[in-house]
Amino acid sequence: MRFVFKTDYDQDIRLLKHSGYWWSYGVLLALLIAFPYLVGSYLQSQIVFVFIYAIVGVALIILTGFTGQASLGHAAFLAIGAYTAGFLQSQGMSFIVYFPAAAIITGAVGAMVGFPALRLSGIYLVIATIAFAFIVEEILARWESVTHGNEGMRVRTIDFLGQPIPRDSDAFYFLCLLVLVGSILLALNLLRSPTGRAFIAIRDSETAAKSMGIDLAGYKVKSFAISAALTGMAGVLFAHKMSFISPEMFTLLLSIEFIMVIIIGGAFGVHGAVLGAIFIVMVDPFLTTLKDDVPVLGASLATTLGMAPDAAGKLKETMSAIGSAAGLKGAIYGLIIMMFILFEPYGLYGRWLKVKLFFQLFPLYKKATFKRQKTYVKSERNR
Amino acid sequence: MSFFTVDSISLQFGGLKAVDSVSFSVEKGEIFTIIGPNGAGKTSIFNLISRLYDPTSGKLFFEGRDITEVPPHQIARLGIARTFQNIELFENATMLANLLVGRHCHATTQLWQEILFLPSVRRAEKEHRRKVEEVIEFLDLQAYRDKLIAGLPYGVRKVVEVARALCSEPKLILLDEPSSGLNVEETDDMSFWIRDIRTDLGVTVLMVEHDMTLVNRVSDRVLALNYGKVLASGTPAEVQAHPDVIAAYLGA
Repeated sequence: MRFVFKTDYDQDIRLLKHSGYWWSYGVLLALLIAFPYLVGSYLQSQIVFVFIYAIVGVALIILTGFTGQASLGHAAFLAIGAYTAGFLQSQGMSFIVYFPAAAIITGAVGAMVGFPALRLSGIYLVIATIAFAFIVEEILARWESVTHGNEGMRVRTIDFLGQPIPRDSDAFYFLCLLVLVGSILLALNLLRSPTGRAFIAIRDSETAAKSMGIDLAGYKVKSFAISAALTGMAGVLFAHKMSFISPEMFTLLLSIEFIMVIIIGGAFGVHGAVLGAIFIVMVDPFLTTLKDDVPVLGASLATTLGMAPDAAGKLKETMSAIGSAAGLKGAIYGLIIMMFILFEPYGLYGRWLKVKLFFQLFPLYKKATFKRQKTYVKSERNR
Repeated sequence: MSFFTVDSISLQFGGLKAVDSVSFSVEKGEIFTIIGPNGAGKTSIFNLISRLYDPTSGKLFFEGRDITEVPPHQIARLGIARTFQNIELFENATMLANLLVGRHCHATTQLWQEILFLPSVRRAEKEHRRKVEEVIEFLDLQAYRDKLIAGLPYGVRKVVEVARALCSEPKLILLDEPSSGLNVEETDDMSFWIRDIRTDLGVTVLMVEHDMTLVNRVSDRVLALNYGKVLASGTPAEVQAHPDVIAAYLGA
């Protein structure tokens, strides 16, 4: 186990705290740069989606993980970013202009959504954000002069200072990687400065935050705005990756997927956003393969176990019927969320830390290390 | 005019008068204690001072300035810090982060500077850290810097709360039952610290306390409350000898 001997306050401020960080993140960065040359186009495209989901994950971690304000409206922020890009591009603006413009507009909308958050908390805030998402979906469907309604909208290839960046190109991969790294740095920088600490203070005790001089209203609105702006940027990339956007792409299910990213990844640290995004993006192709292969596998297994061929055929049919039943994906998602909340409340990143600690402390690791401590009663809530 | 004055302040919840036109004033450099049976309105007065509650009537003056209408998040900037009876720390953050939140009212950096983490932000952070380290040294908390609050024992949390309040470099500190839940030894330490806060740091102390040994040992003046009304005020000995106070506690 490594003990860092601290002699300077900079050592606590620095992001890469010791040589181990340089090694592990250096190798990771090298791998990410090498990926486009190593993997096929399908996998590369999936990784781009991982990046986009991870950007939204970082945005949600700032809002939910740090500030403690839940949101089921992030699909709507993504939509606003995507549509801003689509519309401004159709007006002849260049990527350099509409990319920041989308972030600013989405951030402004986010700040507006933040205002009800000053009075709402918990489940009521979730309902308010769902309502917001429905309003946005409806506006996108009705405001045909800008959004082309339910017909959807084509989004042309990015024109980066006269250089086209096609959605399947390596350049697009690196663009998404750059935005992801940028948003992670933003989150980490916030976390080591007064604003990030104010967010955490609001999450843990609003009363104490207030008496420490933190303006609850201001910081909640800031948190919403930052989170929305990041999601808006992800929306621009999403629009270009899909090359076609329509209102039914930005439904409640997408917002739930984003929440799953941070629940599965672990909402207490930025790592969680990336791990959760990998899980969520990769679970979809996995489920599709499962849907195709499991019935065949089941039937052949049944035959080898001595089942009559027509009975086995019937079994295969039933299994594929179950596999293609409507709403199965939602049900599986629900199950995954429940399992994680019950058995792995700190998410994949929490599990990663536990495994790391196990090896660091070997053979002294105790199972109870991560058991939640008793929290003392808080009776003096001044809501 | 006194350093801090409460002028016939009242707080009414529906038909219940939690605080009934209470007046007192605290001089600079004093340790002033409010005592009283449960439900006497002691913590309500604290919540009024830190502006978590709006008074039904009456006024508060701090350094000659009317603070009755100041929003709660501005109170810390004026130089009034507080602790809570039931500990309101930021549980899922390290002690260091908790203390740095205490420096929030001195934060000068803008959001965009923080996002880019400019050298000015780094300088400001180091300056905050230096101030925090002074408080850590003062209250002997070196062992807990990187520990999560959720894992600290109750006695330590009590001290961390005082530390967080001190980090804001207050002129007046409000301590809400600093010794509740502490054992005899920890209470002793607390009474030394309270006196040091006044003598070494020059911070005026206003506290609510039940432990009469501690009250007698540190207080310059005491105010006794019951049912939101002032029973008596004066030196600890005077207040304890007052017939109304004895009646309130013993039910004579």
